[in-house]
Amino acid sequence: MPLVKGGKITDDSFVHLADDAVLPESGAVLVSAARFLQDPEALLGRAGKVGVIWPNSRDVDDLVPHLDRLAAVALVFPTFRDGRAYSQARLLRERFSYRGELRATGQVLRDQFVFMMRAGFDAFEVRKQGDAEAFAQTVKRYSVFYQPTGDGRLTALHRRMQLRHSESAGL
Amino acid sequence: MYAYDEIDRTLVNERVSEFRDQVKRRLSGELTEDEFKMLRLQNGVYLQLHAYMFRVAIPYGTLSSNQLRRLAHVARKYDRGYGHFTTRQNIQFNWIKLAELPDALADLADVGIHAMQTSGNNTRNVTSDQWAGVAPGEVEDPRIWAEILRQYTTLHPEFSFLPRKFKFAITASPHDRAAIKIHDIGLRLHKNSAGETGFEILVGGGLGRTPFIGKTIKPFVHGRDLLSYVEAIMRVYNQYGRRDNIYKARIKILVHELGIEKFAAEVEEEWQQMRDGALKLDDEVVEDIRARFFYPKYEKLPHMPDELRKAAQDPQFEAWRRNSVFTHKVQGYAIVTISLKPVGGPPGDATADQMDALAEIADKYSFGEIRVGHEQNLALPHVAKRDLPALWKALDRIGLATPNVNLISDIIACPGLDYCSLANARSIPIAQELTRRFANHDTANLIGRLHINISGCINACGHHHVGHIGILGVEKNGEEFYQITIGGRADENAELGTLIGPSVKFEEVADVIEDIVEAYLALRARPDELFVDTVKRLGVEPFRERVYATR
Repeated sequence: MPLVKGGKITDDSFVHLADDAVLPESGAVLVSAARFLQDPEALLGRAGKVGVIWPNSRDVDDLVPHLDRLAAVALVFPTFRDGRAYSQARLLRERFSYRGELRATGQVLRDQFVFMMRAGFDAFEVRKQGDAEAFAQTVKRYSVFYQPTGDGRLTALHRRMQLRHSESAGL
Repeated sequence: MYAYDEIDRTLVNERVSEFRDQVKRRLSGELTEDEFKMLRLQNGVYLQLHAYMFRVAIPYGTLSSNQLRRLAHVARKYDRGYGHFTTRQNIQFNWIKLAELPDALADLADVGIHAMQTSGNNTRNVTSDQWAGVAPGEVEDPRIWAEILRQYTTLHPEFSFLPRKFKFAITASPHDRAAIKIHDIGLRLHKNSAGETGFEILVGGGLGRTPFIGKTIKPFVHGRDLLSYVEAIMRVYNQYGRRDNIYKARIKILVHELGIEKFAAEVEEEWQQMRDGALKLDDEVVEDIRARFFYPKYEKLPHMPDELRKAAQDPQFEAWRRNSVFTHKVQGYAIVTISLKPVGGPPGDATADQMDALAEIADKYSFGEIRVGHEQNLALPHVAKRDLPALWKALDRIGLATPNVNLISDIIACPGLDYCSLANARSIPIAQELTRRFANHDTANLIGRLHINISGCINACGHHHVGHIGILGVEKNGEEFYQITIGGRADENAELGTLIGPSVKFEEVADVIEDIVEAYLALRARPDELFVDTVKRLGVEPFRERVYATR
């Protein structure tokens, strides 16, 4: 499954570690929430980066105490119809100021890219090669946004205000 | 009317090109039907029994004459020459070809119409009072806020994949014509003691398999906090609403299972953390939206013009005027409801020719503005009273002067088994038969205000639970049967109807309704006691006795 990060297809620097797999001494690992919560220190105390795959049925509150030591959080879309992870993503970014990699995993299709970016995702495990290749083009589809989110894009309402002010200032 | 600016236009055009690409990928096989299904639903495209059905949004039921002309054009060019107005102030076309859909959308986008989120598990068209802005006694025009909500909910990055569909309705009048109590979120605009605009917010109303009347979650939310409070509700729902069972996924079930107090506490906790964030509306932003609503320049006209006095001698005109013409907030003007319920016709349908002609009429007599009501009728919101006789003649020429607004043949019905793949039974033929039975205008007038609502299945698109008489199609051993309820209503005193007895066969429905009406005429205390009030006073029992005595 191709990983899109920084707007292009890249190699995944994280190794997906199964719950029963031996923990390597170094290197970046991505582990399940269950494995992580069992012994966070064992994971966070080692040399490599740690990322957690967080299920969409669990409050992100339990993850919050560890956020500043996590290199990645992967949120799950079991199907693209299930939108719980959008709320989790916005909470992590906007309320808990998480700045590490925020990865979308599961059934990730091109038609969700814009929504996901607006919710704060910056890495995407994309189901189809064609969708991953179309990433850069797809995220340019929209230039107008009605809602303010943590991504900082100017909303339509505020753009209108700016236009009006610049007009009245004679610019 | 709200006027789109370049920003709104750009967004709609961007959505059209995205959908064009999605259709292209479906036709080439790049998208599976399962993947495409969700995408097409987000743009109002259903697969029905015979063809794709295409639902176009009419935000808060307001249309310009040019927009109506364009709907006529779509009906003519891409469909079979007619459209169907729905209980959510939208219009549906029943015979659209998938490959032509992007072009139809592009044609609509030219006049600022879209089909975004008219189906799918997202926020649907924000509906409102079809008399908004012209009703006497209204606190203020609720469409300003409906438009703010329309923009806020359009392509929302967090709430486009909710557990289930989500519907808003908003009213600013004491008499609720927007049925806010049967919506996921109902908003009643009112002012606090400081004269500031805010909303009583109701949550968890809805019909379908498990009907509920909405409950008040907060009696007053200040206008500036509307979006943040709504976002808090939706965030709680998005995270905790059930996704394991489609019939338990609406917010009404979450509210019911948690209880309104617990649900309200969850929302409050969420809201307190974000109420001062970017969603806070300052006055300037609200005024900017308000400034883009255009209102007619009304003339100073007499309350009773000569034209009207003269026409009153024509009993046919008078029959129409009594049922179709309503008081306007400005003296000398009237609101005119146009019945889309001709005798023997499917409720809510209009032909392309009728739409074109009506657009012309609206230009001449209603400042180019048309409204759609949830009763599946249209309205002209700004008619000078002196023009009423001429208007009536013009409407009559195109078959739109049926004098039955609010009477028994003014029936709300879903498309039913004639079109819909979800339906268990037909709705339209039942409605057609009932309009024939009650075609006599004097009889209908004698009966007075009586709303019949028909749904072809438990999904309740015809709002049968809140009809004064509700008819629900069910299937029994491969046969169509109908359950009949009485005493429902959708207004500020919203109530769910009560089942009157065992279900009856297709052929018996009209007879049973006639029996119910006869029982009412015999039981009512006075000629002006409405059917629904008689049921309230006496309960279902005396009706049950009379209807089932001989069955």
